[in-house]
Amino acid sequence: MNSPVSPSAVPQDADQTPPLERVDLRREFNDVGIGEVLDQLDRELIGLKPVKTRIREIASLLLIERIRKRMNLTSEVPTLHMSFTGNPGTGKTTVALRIASILHKLGFIRRGQVVSVTRDELVGQYIGHTAPKTKEILKKAMGGVLFIDEAYYLHRPDNERDYGQEAIEILLQVMESQRENLVVILAGYGDRMEKFFASNPGFRSRIAHHIDFPDYSDDELLAIAALMLHDMNYRFSPDARQAFIRYISLRKAQPLFSNARSIRNALDRMRLRQANRLVADLDRVLTASDIMSLEATDVLASRVFLSSPGG
Amino acid sequence: MRVTQGCFSFLPDLTDEQISRQVQYCLGKGWAVNIEFTDDPHPRNNFWEMWGLPMFDLHDAAGVLMELNECRKVYGDRYIRMSAFDSSHGWESVRLSFIVNRPKQEPGFRLDRHEANGRNIRYTTKSYAVDRPEGMRYGDK
Repeated sequence: MNSPVSPSAVPQDADQTPPLERVDLRREFNDVGIGEVLDQLDRELIGLKPVKTRIREIASLLLIERIRKRMNLTSEVPTLHMSFTGNPGTGKTTVALRIASILHKLGFIRRGQVVSVTRDELVGQYIGHTAPKTKEILKKAMGGVLFIDEAYYLHRPDNERDYGQEAIEILLQVMESQRENLVVILAGYGDRMEKFFASNPGFRSRIAHHIDFPDYSDDELLAIAALMLHDMNYRFSPDARQAFIRYISLRKAQPLFSNARSIRNALDRMRLRQANRLVADLDRVLTASDIMSLEATDVLASRVFLSSPGG
Repeated sequence: MRVTQGCFSFLPDLTDEQISRQVQYCLGKGWAVNIEFTDDPHPRNNFWEMWGLPMFDLHDAAGVLMELNECRKVYGDRYIRMSAFDSSHGWESVRLSFIVNRPKQEPGFRLDRHEANGRNIRYTTKSYAVDRPEGMRYGDK
C-alpha cells in the first residue's frame, strides 16, 4: 500500500523508481491512441460542437492526469460522472458509447463496457426488491460505464412512496464510494432533467460534467442522412437530394421531430418505397446503381409533403 | 488451529488486491462468483450460507469486492469464502473456492474416540467453536 503523496511533497525515498522529470507530450498522446478516437468522433458524429469540445477537454485532462500520476504528483481521481441533456435523437447514447472507449483507452476505466439501463432495470416492484436489483446492475457496470437513459423517471415527485428514491440513494452512495471503479452517465431531455436535479441536489453536485446536446441544423441533418445512406450502401440521386432538403425543412416544422432518429426513420421508409418501385416493374433489368440510388419520387411520396401548402 | 479448506489456504491470507485478481480470473473464464459464509468450520460442512445471489454477468472484480466488504461488515467474525461456479455443459459445478475471511481466533478441532462393539474405536472430529450456539461462536468471549 503506497500512501498518497500531496502535490507539494517532494518525491519520496530514493529506492522507489524515480518519478518522471519530463515527458514527451506528443508521444504520450500517440501511445494512448486517443487522437484516433477523437478523430473518429469528429468524422462519425456530425455537428455537436459543444459536446466535442467538452470531450476533448475531458480527454486532455485525463491525459495530463495520467502523466501527473507518473510524476508522483498524485491528486484525487477526477470525478467523471456526467449528465447528457438534449432533445430526442441528438446522439446522447452514441456519445456515451464513445466516452466509454475514450476512458478505457486512457485507463480510467478498466473494462470499457457500457451497461445501458432505464428505470425498469433499477427500480423494483415491491418493498425490498429495489436494493438488490440496483446493486446487481451496479455490479455489472463496475469497471465500465453505467448509462442511465431517461434518468428523471427514477424520481416520481407525485408519489412519495415510490421505490425510485431508494435506487437514487444507492446510486449516489456508490457513485461517491466507487469513483475509481465506475462512471455513471445520466441522460435525458433538458427540461425534465433540470427538474430531476432540482429535486435531487445530491446528484447535481456529484456530477462534474453537464453536457448539453444542441439540436441539429438543416445542413447537419442532411450530412447525417448522407452518412447513414453511405453506411447502408445507398445514395441520393441529385433530384432526390434536393427533395430531401425540402423534406427536412418541412419535417422540422412538424410536431414530434426527433432529429437524427426522424431522419433514420425517413430513410427507412424511403428504402421501402424504392424497393416497391423497383419490384413494380418486373421486366426491367436492374444495375447496381439502380438498386443503390433513391430517386426523387421515393422522397416526394412522403406524407410530409401532403400537408404542406406548396408540396 | 488454522482451517485449511479450498485453494490457497496454506498461504498467508490473501490481500484484497490478490482476491480481486483471483476473482478477475474467474470472471474472465465466465464463472459466476458466489460469496458464502459460515461459523461451522467442520470440513464436512458443505452447506455454507450464501451472501446474496450468485453474481452472473459481471465484468469487473470491483463489484464482487464491494459485496465482500458488505459481507465482512456483517459477518466479519466468521469464515467467508468465494466460490466460482462454472455453468458450462459438462462442468456445472464449482471450479474454484477459497477462504477470504476468517475469525480472529480459530480454536481448532478435538478428536472424540468412541468405543464401539468389540473395543472398536470410532473417531469423530468436532470443532471447539460449535460448542456454543450459532452466531455466538466467534464473538468476544
